[in-house]
Amino acid sequence: MSTTQFLFAGFGGQGILFAGKFTAYKGLIDNKHVSWLPSYGPEMRGGTANCSVIVSDDPVGSPIVTHPDVLVAMNLPSLDRYEDAVVPGGTIFVDSTLIERKVKRTDVTVKYIPATQLASENGLTTLANMIIMGSILQATGGYNEESVNAALAKVVSARHQDLLEFNKKALDIGAKY
Amino acid sequence: MADKVLMKGNEAIAEAAITAGCRFYFGYPITPQTEIAAYMAKRMPKIGGTFLQAESEIAAINMVYGVASAGKRVMTSSSSPGISLKGEGISYMAGSDLPGLIVNVQRGGPGLGGIQPSQSDYFQATRGGGHGDYHLIVLAPASVQEMADLTIKGFELADKYRMMAMILADGTMGQMMEPVSLDFDIKPEPEKPWATTGTQMKRPHNIINSLSLVPEELEEQNFKRYEKYAEIAKNETMYEEYMMDDAEIAIAAFGIAARVSKNAVNEARKKGIKAGLIRPITLWPFPKEPFMKAADHVKQFISVELSMGQMIEDVELAEQCRRPVTLCNRAGGMIPSPEMVLAAIEEAAKNGGAL
Repeated sequence: MSTTQFLFAGFGGQGILFAGKFTAYKGLIDNKHVSWLPSYGPEMRGGTANCSVIVSDDPVGSPIVTHPDVLVAMNLPSLDRYEDAVVPGGTIFVDSTLIERKVKRTDVTVKYIPATQLASENGLTTLANMIIMGSILQATGGYNEESVNAALAKVVSARHQDLLEFNKKALDIGAKY
Repeated sequence: MADKVLMKGNEAIAEAAITAGCRFYFGYPITPQTEIAAYMAKRMPKIGGTFLQAESEIAAINMVYGVASAGKRVMTSSSSPGISLKGEGISYMAGSDLPGLIVNVQRGGPGLGGIQPSQSDYFQATRGGGHGDYHLIVLAPASVQEMADLTIKGFELADKYRMMAMILADGTMGQMMEPVSLDFDIKPEPEKPWATTGTQMKRPHNIINSLSLVPEELEEQNFKRYEKYAEIAKNETMYEEYMMDDAEIAIAAFGIAARVSKNAVNEARKKGIKAGLIRPITLWPFPKEPFMKAADHVKQFISVELSMGQMIEDVELAEQCRRPVTLCNRAGGMIPSPEMVLAAIEEAAKNGGAL
């Protein structure tokens, strides 16, 4: 029985909540128990955003992630704030375009992905989040095309279905990086 | 779980209310429950319902009074400071024996307070909240599914007993998304022969009023209302027990505090500490029986709350102070961590439950 606790953190506008929602939907489609809890209020209005996502074989207890197995840091304040909270043996995904420093911890796996740069080079300016997502799926063995597509269809709103292909492309770039 | 959809707790309440036949929503925006109003604004016009953003919370609750008088399912929602504003109208509805659903997605207080999750309106909710002798049926969801299920239950109980029900949630429950099944079994709405729907010249006037100047009559109304409350306490109390069979340390917690506590109970069990959890689902009527029963084998109770300690008083009353009850709490929008609750359990176990 396994449980993975994700913490996504970055600036508002980077698609932090969206990446979390995608993760939760994918978990739901994969028949897991899931929860998604966003930061809300002044914190979010001040520009930073984070969300807790839990994907588990068992019913989810507390939906609040304080010690993530997987941390996605999309800006420096997020890495500064949450680096120490990651469980030993956990994984940190870093957008290395926006975060110049290296992770100090030596007991975690770190993936540096220049996601913002890759996004802009590929004409996917707003999809750095999904490039990192592709890398996460690759690393966790979750890159199953069927459930990825089903989750994308759920999380990309009806009036933006034209953006589906861009999301898939972003995931693909991340998975191959 | 493929038949489930991911929804925010606030949205689940709104969708469940519509499914329960609620076609009238009146409210005023306030974080962290605004998604309820947003959802209603989007859906109500499409199904012939009424969504109205009132000029204030006071106006909204009085619109609820009006629709309830006409016998239709109606709701309002707000967060802590907004519920205080509704207090007068809630008391008037109680005095007029009107059914309706009130949702309080609590935030830290007192005053305008903050916007992060809290459970510090427990006293206000379980003691009525306004002036006079009365109660609300208070339901405390601990998952998005329960946000939906208890909304439907709330409408049914309100109509059954001709009184108000309240969903007492918190910012976490409102904002989080979880899979929810919207496949509900809705009972038909009961007849409301007391409603002011027009006499058609076929019956005497129905009068909805909370003014009663003859003390003997007003006393009689209060007596009758409390007979009804006793019946509700007997028939409608709900709670969940988790690992309580052999528990020596028992947590009392509702809503998000119960979710956090469940993690702590699991961790304590791994360490060989016999911990358990009693989660009241109805906060009024408060489930006394599981606490009384647990006092036979529990050495200590721990009330875990997002407040300065409010439910703890009901726990002490319920188990008649047979075992000590300690408080494990955060306040002002902070949430106890599973580690904090586990530490409280370990402390209790170390002391052998003797304070």
